[in-house]
Amino acid sequence: MAKVVLKLGDDISTDIIYPGRYMATVLPSETPQYAFADNAEFNGRLKRKEIPAGSVVVAGKNFGCGSSREQAASTLKGHELAVVARNFARIFFQNSINLGLRTIVCPGIEAEEGQDLDITPDKVINLTTGKSFPVEPLPKARQAIIDAGGLIVYTRTRVLGKTPGSAKG
Amino acid sequence: MGLTIVEKILAKAVRRPAVRAGEVVEPAVGMAMSHENAALVINQFLEIYKDTGLEPKVWDPSKIAIIFDHRVPAEGSKTATNQKKIRAFVAQQGIKKFHDIRGDQGGICHQILPENGYVLPGRVVVGTDSHTTSHGALGAFAFGIGATEMASVWALGTVLNVEVPKTIKVVVKGRFPRHVLPKDLILYLIGQLTAEGANFKVIEFHGPAIKTMSTSGRLVLCNMSVEAGATSGIVPPDAETVRYLRSEAKVKGKLDLFGPDPDAEYDRVLEVDVAKLEPMVACPHTVDNVKPVGAVRGVKVQQVVIGSCTNGRLDDLAAAARILKGKSVAKGTRMLVFPASYRIYGQALKLGYIADFIKAGAVVMNPGCGPCLGVHQGALGDGEVALATTNRNFKGRMGNPNAEVYLSSPAVAAASAIKGAITDPRKGGR
Repeated sequence: MAKVVLKLGDDISTDIIYPGRYMATVLPSETPQYAFADNAEFNGRLKRKEIPAGSVVVAGKNFGCGSSREQAASTLKGHELAVVARNFARIFFQNSINLGLRTIVCPGIEAEEGQDLDITPDKVINLTTGKSFPVEPLPKARQAIIDAGGLIVYTRTRVLGKTPGSAKG
Repeated sequence: MGLTIVEKILAKAVRRPAVRAGEVVEPAVGMAMSHENAALVINQFLEIYKDTGLEPKVWDPSKIAIIFDHRVPAEGSKTATNQKKIRAFVAQQGIKKFHDIRGDQGGICHQILPENGYVLPGRVVVGTDSHTTSHGALGAFAFGIGATEMASVWALGTVLNVEVPKTIKVVVKGRFPRHVLPKDLILYLIGQLTAEGANFKVIEFHGPAIKTMSTSGRLVLCNMSVEAGATSGIVPPDAETVRYLRSEAKVKGKLDLFGPDPDAEYDRVLEVDVAKLEPMVACPHTVDNVKPVGAVRGVKVQQVVIGSCTNGRLDDLAAAARILKGKSVAKGTRMLVFPASYRIYGQALKLGYIADFIKAGAVVMNPGCGPCLGVHQGALGDGEVALATTNRNFKGRMGNPNAEVYLSSPAVAAASAIKGAITDPRKGGR
């Protein structure tokens, strides 16, 4: 079970997730402090560790549009948040997979802040309303990166001249 | 069924006769570009080699370009230290296509790459910047990636798991009316497609109005294709591409010139007649909130910004200088100009545009990205409104979530600077 801690609309840009003025900060160990920095209330709750790992951000269409800045994925990963959205912008989506940020494509999702969700591989169940919504499975190639434990491990295996096990088929 | 240009480029990059939209491929990379975020790429690159016993060596230093542009000269110690770290890495790895903070070689990555001949038609270009789409203007398949993905490219020389994208064909007819520019066309298209309308797809530009368009105009179209969500924009190479590569980028050697097959399969086809197009403005806070300039005429602006990787080229500065020459920026409005590279800066200086800007009251800044994304100079105050020729107007974009950014062509921006309010350049005198 996971609680919805933030509900957002369509076209949430990487400038909202991680404002450009903090881009000089690059290391995944340092970016979490600026997650949703312009939303002082939510950023404050994150920094005070009031939001447990596994909590969910629910968004509309095109979440993560705009810049390629990987900080937008690492800042959310740092708090171990999951994002359930109707769909995602391409670069953000790939960055999330590469870093192991949990992103769930759920075109029909209906959920509000404070509600509880159960996220399974094929559907998201809103435990508060009792409704469930189908999840679009990840393309196999992307799933292989997640199964390997992220892109760094995946590429390391390749550099060592091996085929990442889960990339077969 | 034939192949789109991107299907052909990817087929070539995997040494196969054909690939089709929907397939997953691992193409060889022709050029891999980063800017200051190379600091993070280096971190992730070293991470890949950790505990492997192997020496971290990039696959081919001649195919890596690093350009300092986002925060130049450094705005603070953190950036300066990152830049220092990158300089050391570049020297150690033998990366020669490195453009430091210098007046004889510097500029914005999306201008430095084309003008130095680093982008060739038919190649795969990746960059740790979403506006890497720009380089499709020269017939390359160019797209933005994250820093960890780039670290993987540096190690392997390929991009892992690229889904061959579907393509939207845009056919552009007619002649551009006076004061209507390529920026107006791409803003109009983004308005039509919406911010996610081209997600995971490529936009291929065709038609007589593209044939007669300069490379700098094509760069505007491809640059902003990402604002409709596109993986890339692309113009099939033609005589203008060859002219630019030979005479401006000084590229020697054989060029690999090919376009899509005549019977290529497209996701959809859009037609636009630019003869009917008006100057357009993207209104706060999304790039697809596009209106004809008349709909927002009179909105007071405290800052006008002309420049960036979108509209900081000589054509753009010329369009603005023609309108501003002998006029004055309105009281209560600041105007900032930042050319896309020092080469362009020098050309504008020679042609007198820089003097025209300064005499009109504008501030001419060094080439860089700063004001566009609010990382370095040109930030807005609470409640202020800016009109910019840049590419994004997201909330908080110009350094302040309590400000508003409108986007337009250089002609609209220059006319508006004189009035201190959004102005139709076709009716600038009124």
